[in-house]
Amino acid sequence: MDSKRRDFLKIAGLTAIAGIAAPSAFNTLLKGEAIASAGQAAAGGHGAAAPTGKRYGMVIDVKKFTENSGLAEQCVSVCHTIHNVPDFGNRKDEIKWIWIESYEHTFPTESQYKRPDALKDMPILTLCNHCDNPPCVRACPTKATYKKKDGIVGMDYHRCIGCRFCMAACPYGARSFNWRDPRGKDANGQPFIKAENPKYPTRMRGVVEKCNFCTERLAIGQIPACVEVAAQTKAIVFGDMNDPESEISQVLKTSFTIQRNPAIGTHPSLFYII
Amino acid sequence: MYGKGRIIPALILFLGLMTSPIWYKSGEASKMPKPEKPKDYKECVAPTQEMRTSHMVLLNEWRDDILREGGARTGKTPNGTEYIRSLQNGCMKCHSDKKKFCDACHNYTSVKPYCWDCHLQPKEAM
Repeated sequence: MDSKRRDFLKIAGLTAIAGIAAPSAFNTLLKGEAIASAGQAAAGGHGAAAPTGKRYGMVIDVKKFTENSGLAEQCVSVCHTIHNVPDFGNRKDEIKWIWIESYEHTFPTESQYKRPDALKDMPILTLCNHCDNPPCVRACPTKATYKKKDGIVGMDYHRCIGCRFCMAACPYGARSFNWRDPRGKDANGQPFIKAENPKYPTRMRGVVEKCNFCTERLAIGQIPACVEVAAQTKAIVFGDMNDPESEISQVLKTSFTIQRNPAIGTHPSLFYII
Repeated sequence: MYGKGRIIPALILFLGLMTSPIWYKSGEASKMPKPEKPKDYKECVAPTQEMRTSHMVLLNEWRDDILREGGARTGKTPNGTEYIRSLQNGCMKCHSDKKKFCDACHNYTSVKPYCWDCHLQPKEAM
């Protein structure tokens, strides 16, 4: 055969290029098809998913707490008593399921410019937002925290390894870490849990804890403890937001409410009437 | 053998010491633990043998079902007695004395579960 060295090299080079390029070109084409079909599906379900099942939510009427002084403190104390939340006596170790915060700290994303003076001293109750898209659940490496079907973000303290990723992930500061043994005693021999509720467990040192929307009370047909305390003044409305007939749905329909930092896309289940 | 006057007695002494736990307890069978059963209740949530071998599995199943799936808080025994699916509020309602029930077997088998780091045991038994 009368082939030259030069021709042979040319053919070999072209074959190599074709061999490398063909599969990737093929893949790109296939992927393009996949993206096209996915685009079609997404177009059908544009926007938020249709509400299905239960989703518990809460509306807090902030003005009612100013009118009834001491009510907010009562809500906090009832919650912390029935859930055996320890009081370590200092801000650094503080464990809080529900707590009182100022307007500017609760709503740092809202404008603070030229607000009414009354807002400054308003006690605003804050607790876990039980987000529809909870960042803490995504951060947890052991699935100790999870979102339930009824919209409640729950915690299984058995699984918590105390890594505190969830605390870093929560944009609302709703999680507390047990730096000390909650069953312990302070320097004066006083237990950190003043009166233990024998119906509910405590936690141990090294786990994170937070509000559970009173799952254990809802299961036996009771409303959350803070809602019960505020029931007379109707300062807190609690219920299923996906049920159009529920009280909370009516309130949300008729009143202007705000959520804490809605722009980050966590979809909180807590609403505030200011 | 060099130094057998000392080596052989020392070996015998060593063997005797090593096997002393066997001689110490020889002849008597070790006592099985007898957990105290509640007097007012005749049946448990599952047959005794099943409870004996896998009560911890049952507790884990209750926990996962209730906490994650929103499962029922109560159950029924085959005879129709209702019970609460909870260690603290269910099990301990009948088996109210942890020391005489839980600890009897756990100490015997040298098992140290961490249930009571968080769960509260009935006051009268503490």
